[in-house]
Amino acid sequence: MCGIVGLYLKNDKYQNSLGELFEPMLIAMTDRGPDSAGFAIYGDEVAEGWVKLTVRHVEEDFDWATLADQMSSVLNCKVDWMQNANVAVLKVNSDEASARACLLELCPEALVLSAGASIEILKEVGLPENIASKFNLSGMKGTHIIGHTRMATESAVTMEGSHPFSTGSDLCLVHNGSLSNHNRLRDKLKREGITFVTENDSEVAAGYLTWRLNQGETLKEALEHALKDLDGFFTFTIGTKDGFAVMRDPIACKPAVMAETEDYVAMASEYQALTTLPGIENAKVWEPEPATFYIWERK
Amino acid sequence: MKTFDLAVSTVREFNQALHDEKNIVTEKEWAATNPKGMHNIAVGLDADIAVDIHGHAGYFCAGMNKTAAVTIHGNAGQGVAENMMSGVVRVKGDASQAAGATAHGGLLVIEGNAGARCGISMKGVDIVVKGSIGHMSCFMGQSGSLVVCGDAGEALGDSLYEVHIYVKGTVKSLGADCIEKEMREEHIAELTGLLEKAGFDEDPSAFKRYGSARQLYTFKVDNASAY
Repeated sequence: MCGIVGLYLKNDKYQNSLGELFEPMLIAMTDRGPDSAGFAIYGDEVAEGWVKLTVRHVEEDFDWATLADQMSSVLNCKVDWMQNANVAVLKVNSDEASARACLLELCPEALVLSAGASIEILKEVGLPENIASKFNLSGMKGTHIIGHTRMATESAVTMEGSHPFSTGSDLCLVHNGSLSNHNRLRDKLKREGITFVTENDSEVAAGYLTWRLNQGETLKEALEHALKDLDGFFTFTIGTKDGFAVMRDPIACKPAVMAETEDYVAMASEYQALTTLPGIENAKVWEPEPATFYIWERK
Repeated sequence: MKTFDLAVSTVREFNQALHDEKNIVTEKEWAATNPKGMHNIAVGLDADIAVDIHGHAGYFCAGMNKTAAVTIHGNAGQGVAENMMSGVVRVKGDASQAAGATAHGGLLVIEGNAGARCGISMKGVDIVVKGSIGHMSCFMGQSGSLVVCGDAGEALGDSLYEVHIYVKGTVKSLGADCIEKEMREEHIAELTGLLEKAGFDEDPSAFKRYGSARQLYTFKVDNASAY
């Protein structure tokens, strides 16, 4: 079944309370997805010439300080780090490819959950409320955030199979539904150089958008193509560094509801997840149309 | 008037109180506040009572309704008034997909728009929508009437049986075996009555009628040798 939620701030009024506003939205979707949960938050952007990696290690007490020092000396650049449970955000004054290669060399068992200038992805197996509290979601700040509560259908209940999926810089996607042409599309995308870590259908959708965006397409163009090339049931919420998009397939059997005020745009699988937002009583609330996407981007 | 605050009481407690009215009505007027998109509110009613829901309701609100009059002062989620038997369900805002699905009787009024598959497999209910309806509406509709004052989405009335469909605006496309039909006097009379019951001030002569071409579901003598 799965639940998806997203919150995009149109101005800076709620940026300091983004996590606090979002936590009850994610937890409200527990009934739709109790087996895993995750979220991608955008904020705390690094300066040009830096890259931010969100990295997970199975050991809770992993020595991130030493790893950061080693990376710093190998790459001969500054590396800042910040630990959050068994995940760390590494800010590396280098390019993404070098940072990833260095990390793989020094600590092959670490898993990169996201990479970019702004994105941080945190996800785990377990109840949404436990995952929110593990990563202290309510204290987080940022510009936009998307989340997912999973009831697995297409692949195993693992951390890797949970959403959001990121296959490219600052891009991520959450999905409610099931794709029917993901195996063939995955093969095609692999030939185009996109890498996948799971057998999950939703990761293919994320990979597809990465591929389109890498070719220089705008988010709008990429989504127009996605509507033609992705077969199956889907409601997607997509995050990019500056943007937020929602898209439904032509059949539109996977639910979605949206709300907009002058301060934010929010989406959820069910209205229940929106009821705690400020000013929701007077928000414009609507159901997104089939075979249609909606984009908000910071200029 | 008895009011339940759903921020304090559960939907189950509210529904149970409404079900308890089945044999002897002790209170005619009921209300629920703070529905906050909760599912299954006022489902399975079987009493001559009026229920007002103040806010947005979740899935299946007023499903299986019999006799009661349920008003949702907000939007309704999927499957509002699904399988309704009789009574009146009124949505003041928009309804999500599958509004009035499989409903056998009664009147469903939607003052806003309805999503996809409105009146899917309807079996005798009358549905009147002030706004527009989404794709695949009235799919396999068997009996009753569907009135749309706005526009209809793709594949209206696909595989239709005998529902009378009236649309004032545009129809994006008709489904298999659904055709436009002549608007005769008895249809103007039927439509006038439905618009009056819904309380919508619309000119019945501005509507077009759609119905089944009866090519899909009826026995064709040409095929007799196949049996």
